[in-house]
Amino acid sequence: MILQTIMFYLFAGVAIASGVMVVSAKNPVHSVLFLILAFFNSAGLFVLLGAEFLAMILVIVYVGAVAVLFLFVVMMLDIDFAELRSGFMRYLPIGALIGFILLGELGFVFFHWIIAPSVAGLKAAPLPADMAAMSNTRALGDLLYTRYLFAFQVAGLILLIAMVGAIVLTLRQRVGVRRQRIPEQLARSRAEAITVVKVPLGGGAAETGD
Amino acid sequence: MAIGLSHYLAVAAILFTLGVFGIFLNRKNVIIIMMSIELMLLAVNINFVAFSVVLHDLAGQVFAMFVLTVAAAEAAIGLAILVVYFRNRGSIEVEDIHMMRG
Repeated sequence: MILQTIMFYLFAGVAIASGVMVVSAKNPVHSVLFLILAFFNSAGLFVLLGAEFLAMILVIVYVGAVAVLFLFVVMMLDIDFAELRSGFMRYLPIGALIGFILLGELGFVFFHWIIAPSVAGLKAAPLPADMAAMSNTRALGDLLYTRYLFAFQVAGLILLIAMVGAIVLTLRQRVGVRRQRIPEQLARSRAEAITVVKVPLGGGAAETGD
Repeated sequence: MAIGLSHYLAVAAILFTLGVFGIFLNRKNVIIIMMSIELMLLAVNINFVAFSVVLHDLAGQVFAMFVLTVAAAEAAIGLAILVVYFRNRGSIEVEDIHMMRG
């Protein structure tokens, strides 16, 4: 129990500290790296909660795909980041004001709530009774492929559309690029590929057309 | 002191506020704004999972997975738009983006 408490404060502290660094780091590459750290620590929090599958999804999908995508884009674009930070101090007071108001409001919500007595009857997908014998992944899979099958398919469709959209947006046709065109190569016949020139004795080969 | 639901909610609230704060602080840099949005979505996911575990209801974790899906799609499309915009204009300042209209 004490270990759990220590781990919670460790993960939560590092996650929040790296969140601060994400929004305040001077170099966006550092921001992305701190975002990755925040994701890792949130995955630790998920493991502490007992949601191992989501923790692994967070590490694999978020750190492995999304954060690396951010990293690629930040490093690929040649941007003057110092210029982009010029308004930093100007927006600090208003941002801090709104942040504190929002935090206060969320604090009021989070520390003065009660769970309604009727909530037990409202469960959409109660945990199976034999949870001890069943892993979190198995329980999620049982639910995802039966009850939420349609939503799961729609999620896949959203990812497909995002993939197609990203490719369509960033694909560009450059002019003047020589590509290998295999059908044209295969369709060449001997007649158009070579010409036999009769060279007169002592006259040399005349200029051909091309 | 045992770790309860409130602790997780507090972490999520702080992360969410940091996301909002980051949007205000880095008003010119679209990339950091998108990272702040990711931070906010992460906070929402922590809330979902915490409530799911405390209430013994797996629907929250299923929903958190859908949030992850949509966030990944959003990041991919957003970064693609950003790359195209940078290619056309050579900068990613938010204040220049109004030039795109019409």
